Amino acid sequence: MPAGPLKRTPLYELHRELGARMVEFGGWEMPVQYSSIIEEHLAVRRAVGLFDVSHMGEIEIRGPEALALVEYVTTNQASRLNAGQAQYSAMLYEHGGFVDDLLVHKVADDHYFLCVNASNQEKDYRHILRYNRFRAEVEFASDRYVQLALQGPRAEQTLRRLTATDLTAIRYYHFTDGEVCGVPARIARTGYTGEDGFELYLAPEHGVRVFRELLRAGEEFGIRPCGLGARNTLRLEAKMALYGHEIDASIRPPEADLNWIVKMDKGEFVGRAALERLAAAGVRRRLVGFEMLDRAIARDGYPVYVEGRAVGWVTSGGPAPFLNKNIGLCYLPVEFAEIGRTIQIGVRGRLAEAQTVRTPFYKRAKSNP
Amino acid sequence: MYPEDFKYTREHEWVKVEGDVGVVGITFYAQQALGDIVYVDLPKVGTRVEQGKPLGSVESVKAVSDIYAPVSGEVIEVNEALVEKPELLNRDPHGAAWLAKIRLNSPEELNNLLDAAQYQALVAEES
Repeated sequence: MPAGPLKRTPLYELHRELGARMVEFGGWEMPVQYSSIIEEHLAVRRAVGLFDVSHMGEIEIRGPEALALVEYVTTNQASRLNAGQAQYSAMLYEHGGFVDDLLVHKVADDHYFLCVNASNQEKDYRHILRYNRFRAEVEFASDRYVQLALQGPRAEQTLRRLTATDLTAIRYYHFTDGEVCGVPARIARTGYTGEDGFELYLAPEHGVRVFRELLRAGEEFGIRPCGLGARNTLRLEAKMALYGHEIDASIRPPEADLNWIVKMDKGEFVGRAALERLAAAGVRRRLVGFEMLDRAIARDGYPVYVEGRAVGWVTSGGPAPFLNKNIGLCYLPVEFAEIGRTIQIGVRGRLAEAQTVRTPFYKRAKSNP
Repeated sequence: MYPEDFKYTREHEWVKVEGDVGVVGITFYAQQALGDIVYVDLPKVGTRVEQGKPLGSVESVKAVSDIYAPVSGEVIEVNEALVEKPELLNRDPHGAAWLAKIRLNSPEELNNLLDAAQYQALVAEES
């Protein structure tokens, strides 16, 4: 963790007022829960929940060579984006390991907006600068934004009350620059919960008021303010990666089941050569989902055994409040990574049985958008 | 909030002594700090436990926490209801969600524990 005092978002006092319990996360003092992680989790699955995720970082890339830089430092194909479209992507080191995962938003031909992980933002910024031989303009913009995530099947109905922007026109992984509560907002139909919903980027001074107004607008649906505890259980059910758990500098995209965000044929990018070598040599381990069979909870870092031998480790594990199971993700050698295999998790000095399963553990019913 | 007839540990367990048996649980403060409790690991009946040593564990959505025995002795009964309904620990930590009954072998150990007023002060300090 970075040394020095913990950072706070502009909504810190509001979180305290709403009864949040605060914890340290990636150098930030953030709400982990307001009432109950389970209730907050279920509110997002069944109705709507509101998160302050202003700890996330923003980096803006501008200029005629903006696209060239984005294409060079990220793995997905930014050139396929239309203005107003977002894509999940990754930044890699030359050796193919993850610098970070991120969302790339195309604002205009000469303007890309990146949303990156809180604890990685300074590192990401330096990484991008290091490869900026294109002389694009790179701005560390985190201080100019608060980010609020409004997530759940009632998110659109909630937000509709506070904006003139036509939300039905914003498709999944698209965004528009509009207004919320009369102030400018980037409204993106993205999220980290496995539900429909929006991520809003606003000027910091409007964060508190918009958060309050959203809570009021969602009252009739049973909206809840949600903390990082529910954010983590929601993303785990949806099998979305968390930096420091499923991905880090030692993990490469094919191992993390993230080949779909790597476009090898798009041209040169940082890490590409290493991924070619990896493909030639063969991938040796893979991220696999599991469900506990025994009554036990797997936690991050627990060892995984096959036939009595420690062969892998749990990257994320815990109860899945909506599915009502204990689930987890782990790395296993590819020869043991097939679905349906019985594995053992070393749970505090004893072995507990689990079974590898298809992921995501939870997938919302497909509807519009 | 904290019953006068209980004794408390600094690790947020309580014990209520009835004859030579101590009924043991975790405090309201403990369950609140843990959040939703989803799993309880209880000792086997017959286990000998020592004051300040692990008795079992509870798991919330976020994390695992050890429970320490507030008194030494033999476990003579455990609260099986918690296996199916660990959430009882959030609802009634000082009552229905007791964890275990321990036959005390050194009652003088109770002097090492906090009374309700001292425990209340500890909680006020921590929160």
